[in-house]
Amino acid sequence: MQRITVIAANPWQHTKRSPVIFMQNLQCPISIQQYPTILMAHGGGGRLMHQLIDKLIMSAFSNPHLDVRHDSTVLNISSPQIAFTTDSYVIQPLFFPGGDIGSLAVHGTVNDLAMSGARPQYISCAFILEEGLETQTLWRVVQSMRQAADAAGVQIVTGDTKVVEKGKGDGLFINTAGIGVISHALRIAPASVQPGDAVILSGDLGRHGIAIMASRQGLEFQTTIQSDSAPVAGPVLALIDAGIEIHCLRDLTRGGLASALNEIAEVAQVNIDIDEIAIPVNEQVQGACEILGFDPLHVANEGRFIVFVPAKQADRAVAVLQQHPVSADARVIGQVNEVSIAPVTLKSRIGTRRIMDMLSGEQLPRIC
Amino acid sequence: MKYVDEYRGQEQARRCARLIARLTTRPWVLMELCGGQTHSIVRFGIDELLPAGVEMVHGPGCPVCVTPVELIDKAIEIASRPEVIFTSFGDMLRVPGSQRDLLMVKARGGDVRIVYSPTDAVKLAQQNPDRQVVFFAVGFETTAPANAMAVYQASQLGLKNFSLLVAHVLVPPAMEAILSSPENRVQGFLAAGHVCTVMGYTEYEPIARKYRVPIVVTGFEPLDILQGIHLCIRQLEQGRAEVENQYARSVRRQGNQPAQELIARIFRVVPRQWRGVGQIPHSGLGLSDEYADFDAERRFGLADQTIQESPDCIAGLVLQGVKKPHECPAFGTRCNPEKPLGAPMVSSEGACAAYYRYRRQPVAAH
Repeated sequence: MQRITVIAANPWQHTKRSPVIFMQNLQCPISIQQYPTILMAHGGGGRLMHQLIDKLIMSAFSNPHLDVRHDSTVLNISSPQIAFTTDSYVIQPLFFPGGDIGSLAVHGTVNDLAMSGARPQYISCAFILEEGLETQTLWRVVQSMRQAADAAGVQIVTGDTKVVEKGKGDGLFINTAGIGVISHALRIAPASVQPGDAVILSGDLGRHGIAIMASRQGLEFQTTIQSDSAPVAGPVLALIDAGIEIHCLRDLTRGGLASALNEIAEVAQVNIDIDEIAIPVNEQVQGACEILGFDPLHVANEGRFIVFVPAKQADRAVAVLQQHPVSADARVIGQVNEVSIAPVTLKSRIGTRRIMDMLSGEQLPRIC
Repeated sequence: MKYVDEYRGQEQARRCARLIARLTTRPWVLMELCGGQTHSIVRFGIDELLPAGVEMVHGPGCPVCVTPVELIDKAIEIASRPEVIFTSFGDMLRVPGSQRDLLMVKARGGDVRIVYSPTDAVKLAQQNPDRQVVFFAVGFETTAPANAMAVYQASQLGLKNFSLLVAHVLVPPAMEAILSSPENRVQGFLAAGHVCTVMGYTEYEPIARKYRVPIVVTGFEPLDILQGIHLCIRQLEQGRAEVENQYARSVRRQGNQPAQELIARIFRVVPRQWRGVGQIPHSGLGLSDEYADFDAERRFGLADQTIQESPDCIAGLVLQGVKKPHECPAFGTRCNPEKPLGAPMVSSEGACAAYYRYRRQPVAAH
């Protein structure tokens, strides 16, 4: 086995303090009365910054790699291949039904790793804080990240904190990068998709995007829709363990199912034909889309993915996915064909066929 | 989902299509008036279910598309002012003016905000007494009551920092303009269900009589549209020209009278320029004398100007049902949703956008 040593810069190491044990109580350890909001000095490299990183962030994320407190983290990974990814999170509002920017920053990155069939192991975390952010808000986000990381089986091993002036950020931005271990020999990529493959969708569409729309300030539109934000490596690894010959995986984030299918079809030079009636959409999501003039196929998800497998393995793959709560509603929604009139076509509810294009620009609510 | 799923069933749609086929003895050209109907037709491929010779042409019922470029330029001018919070439905932000669109104004620091109701804009005016809040009042009769209500509320609240940039248009004068055109091919109309929910359909009755044209008030779901087509062709085949109501679950003959009274109080009928089509008399709404103080054009003292549109864009012909989007030489090449030459390519209700999104080439012959 080849050993890969990954060294990641870790500016959080500057706090020379003995490792602390993760604090179970959810009380912010920084005195709120003293510093109720983030100040420029919290990013200035002095005592305040050390206090913030030490008490609020390091204490929550504590693990043997992080607790070494060095400029970079040394990881021993015994694997011929690793997956590596990065993503930035700028969501508003910071807290939404079913999640928050912290859990999203973990789920998004571990899911990107899972889309290579990798087992997510380590992530980095860089915060960009806006002067004036409530310290309590940061504390809640940090706690949420820790819980999400635990649930996803990853450690936060390195990080960074910067503060920008009031008005130059949107409260809080997070960047996470992640490393996952690959222990399969499959070539999971759009180019591996071929005519005859079945397309499997892991569950219902549109809940994240609509939950965000509904909770955005200024939108008087109340629903009980929760974001589907969740880690999905579990069912993906179960497919690999079951010997399913996965050709491609893709999580259905921005742009939704329509963008994911179009991107893959264009790379693979195939046609993907989808059956609209097979695509599950929650009734409240459907209702919200009708009102706003959105198509659920374009709406973002944070816990949904598609899998391309040889048709003969489709039923078994669906059965494996259905054993996991996050993909309990998995089903075959279409198949891959030779190139035709468009990269992606859709059989509509009334049985006609049309192009399923990716979204142009931003999804904007219609007039009437 | 109730009131939606039952109008999207495959079996019912096929059954209705068979009824239409059995009824049809010769070619007919029908126009659906509303952009929402256009999108349903193209999205669900409803025209593919119709017998050969029954042609759907797409009407001017995309409010974003027909808003004149001069008015969009005025919106851009107002939105660029530092004291202004410019509010609009999302759809308008992408529509190209002569140089820019409202999204570009926003990107350059203009305070342009999407609202979901004009009364939200009134609230913004209350919350920001030192700013001028302007709402871009676009739409047919459907959106007029809510916009009228916003003005009424602002006046009751004594708000001096709220105004409307009015671009309202009316359906019946546009129908008459289409029917009187020498290029007209339309033999029957599907009228817009939402417009008639507000206005009723008495004003369509003289048009049906005068031009000998059947008009069927129609909903927006696939089955609604197929039923509307069925009723329309049945009239044509029987030589009748009447107003019929397919969308009875929402529309009454007299419409919503309190809403009509509110419109009549706040607005008055004015001549209106339709983008790509030209001026149509009595085809728009402007603020009435009593509420003229809420007119943004007046408040900001903007001068009228005439702007030359791209000669490559045939939006006017598309909006009048004379041409189909894919008959435009620029369609999908020089004109696409990312780089539109005309508004029908940007709006979610525009015919060109529908064709681009769901269908890149004409439907194959039946």
